[in-house]
Amino acid sequence: MFQQFQRRGRLAAIAAVTVTVALAATGCSSAGGGGEGGGEGGGDTTITFLPKNLGNPYFDTSNAGGQEAVEEFGGTFAEVGPTEATPTSQVSFIQTAAQQGTSALVISANDPTAIGDALQEARDAGTKVVTFDSDTDPEFRDIFINQASAEGIAKVQVDLIAEQIGDQGQVAILSASANATNQNAWIELMQEELEANHPNIELVDVVYGDDDDQTSFDRTAALLQTYPDLAGIISPTTVGIAAAARYLSTSEFKGQVALTGLGTPNQMREYVEDGTVTAFALWNPADLGYLAAYAAKALVDGDITGEEGDTFEAGKLGEYEVGADGVVLLGDPFEFNADNIGDFDF
Amino acid sequence: MTDTIAAAPAARSYQPHQRPLWQRILLTRESAVIAALLIVIAVSLATVRNFDSPLTVTYLVLDIAPILLIALPMALIIVTEEIDLSVASIVGLASVTLGLAVQAGVPMPAAILLTLTVGLVAGALNGFLITVVGLPSLAVTIGTLALFRGIAVGLLGTTAITDFPEFWTDLARDRIEGTPIPLIAIPIVLLFVIFSLVLHFTPFGRGIYAIGLNKEAAHFSGVHVGRTKFTLFVLSGVVSAFAGIFFTLNYGSARGDNATGLELSVIAAVLLGGVSIFGGRGALHGVFAGVLLIGVLGSALRLSNVSSDIINVITGVLLVLSVVGSSLLALARRARIGARKKDATPTAP
Repeated sequence: MFQQFQRRGRLAAIAAVTVTVALAATGCSSAGGGGEGGGEGGGDTTITFLPKNLGNPYFDTSNAGGQEAVEEFGGTFAEVGPTEATPTSQVSFIQTAAQQGTSALVISANDPTAIGDALQEARDAGTKVVTFDSDTDPEFRDIFINQASAEGIAKVQVDLIAEQIGDQGQVAILSASANATNQNAWIELMQEELEANHPNIELVDVVYGDDDDQTSFDRTAALLQTYPDLAGIISPTTVGIAAAARYLSTSEFKGQVALTGLGTPNQMREYVEDGTVTAFALWNPADLGYLAAYAAKALVDGDITGEEGDTFEAGKLGEYEVGADGVVLLGDPFEFNADNIGDFDF
Repeated sequence: MTDTIAAAPAARSYQPHQRPLWQRILLTRESAVIAALLIVIAVSLATVRNFDSPLTVTYLVLDIAPILLIALPMALIIVTEEIDLSVASIVGLASVTLGLAVQAGVPMPAAILLTLTVGLVAGALNGFLITVVGLPSLAVTIGTLALFRGIAVGLLGTTAITDFPEFWTDLARDRIEGTPIPLIAIPIVLLFVIFSLVLHFTPFGRGIYAIGLNKEAAHFSGVHVGRTKFTLFVLSGVVSAFAGIFFTLNYGSARGDNATGLELSVIAAVLLGGVSIFGGRGALHGVFAGVLLIGVLGSALRLSNVSSDIINVITGVLLVLSVVGSSLLALARRARIGARKKDATPTAP
């Protein structure tokens, strides 16, 4: 009997230990987290960055720019975000920011409408909302920081290719898919720019690599065979320019045929270093985050309301003006070349 | 199992339960989860800023409502030692169906009925393949996970339908008058009560446990194994479609990729709530507490500015611990029964 009692006691003890371990795990984690929560508050400007997802080098760069700005004007910077960029995964983070009374939320939207209701509730609670990189419907935010205008994107690529081929000769465009709206808008603007300001450059063909690495690679090979006098290729898509660079770097045309377009430093680094590509363009995500943080501060301080014509100072980037629909344009695209590519990691 | 049956008549004359009542109530997986939930709430109230605001309740319920709903039929399915991995894809398919119907000008009540029917058909397809064709549910629902999601994304592409009548989106988001609790809590509680009564207090529910413990024995005892499972998969389809309707109206956006990956949150919560993946064990109050525990923990950690990958790690550790915990309990129970069998021989007169 006594033995049996002992065994029961042991079972109870094991059960108790199990429960305690479970509780300790949950209890500790909350308590540990609780300590960090106390850092904010008290009239301070708190700015929370909410990227599409965490662990994305592009947003790591933009958030670093945002943090630099927030530290410059003495606010409190926070970065939160979901691990996956699904349409609704940002909602709980928006709700949390609203509950914490965050002064401003700087967000790159995963979906233009699904997070709208949560953003509206946050704004009703007094939080200013700035979108960057990817906008929501205009009614859900105060300001959108647009990375680049279509005109700016078209012009910088034409300028780069003109410079690289001595402003004369045949060029071709390697685009994404034939029905990509933004690509077609850029191509049309590039044609206008070429006709207006570069009469000696002839656009001989536009081919489509469907934003697929292998297809883009094959299209590049075909272009070079079809047009033996081709002087340069413009690829306004990050997949296309990387595939074209990969083809050129191993071909006889390396250094003979110029290549430029829109690319990311990490994809293009080896081709810039081996001389296949001289320069390419994109916006600078760090500047994008920096500007978004200053816009958020201007909204919080009441310097601007997001009306067209409002102006605000953005630290090292200078003065900016709010355009139609509450859109602020970052400026001309950024040129990456052998001198500065080492400064970027995205 | 056979050990118990063989040893029991020799060891005790007739004892309906081996342990006293208080132990049977307190030393269960369900009680451990409920205790953990209460402690997390208490610690969060004391240490996490803004956790005590009524908004916490509102946002928590809105966030976990789809998981709570789908966890009910999922728990029953797992008790029968089957699984339904296609639930999140049915949510996506329901979302697209509702969106397309509303876009086509179908009045909302009819669109909702149509969406629930789509869920019913999807669940019936699962049930048919599993019970009539006789394929394993894991294989079938991995297939339909891809199939239903494929149809949903194929129908809408990457676009979204967002023009839902305001009356209905407000209905999904509004609170019960004078409380911070959203209206969706009413159907959740109602379904919870119905599912609990069915599982724990009807012959149909007993049959569900019997199937999970031993399918053949259940069959020979007169339980309609195929019919029971078929019913559960249909229920799962309909409830998932209902969750899809709520999801769509709450976010005001119908998309093919809505709720991607939700099936794993549901299954994790069900297992945390004490339902055995090997079937035959589990109770719905534990499942309810399991979903709440994951939800409350997530909201407390987010309010503490803990990053989401750390939150995932903590939730994962909790889940592993809970499974390890129940294995330890089972091990202890086996050891105790084995020891008693040894004891029984010398003490028997």
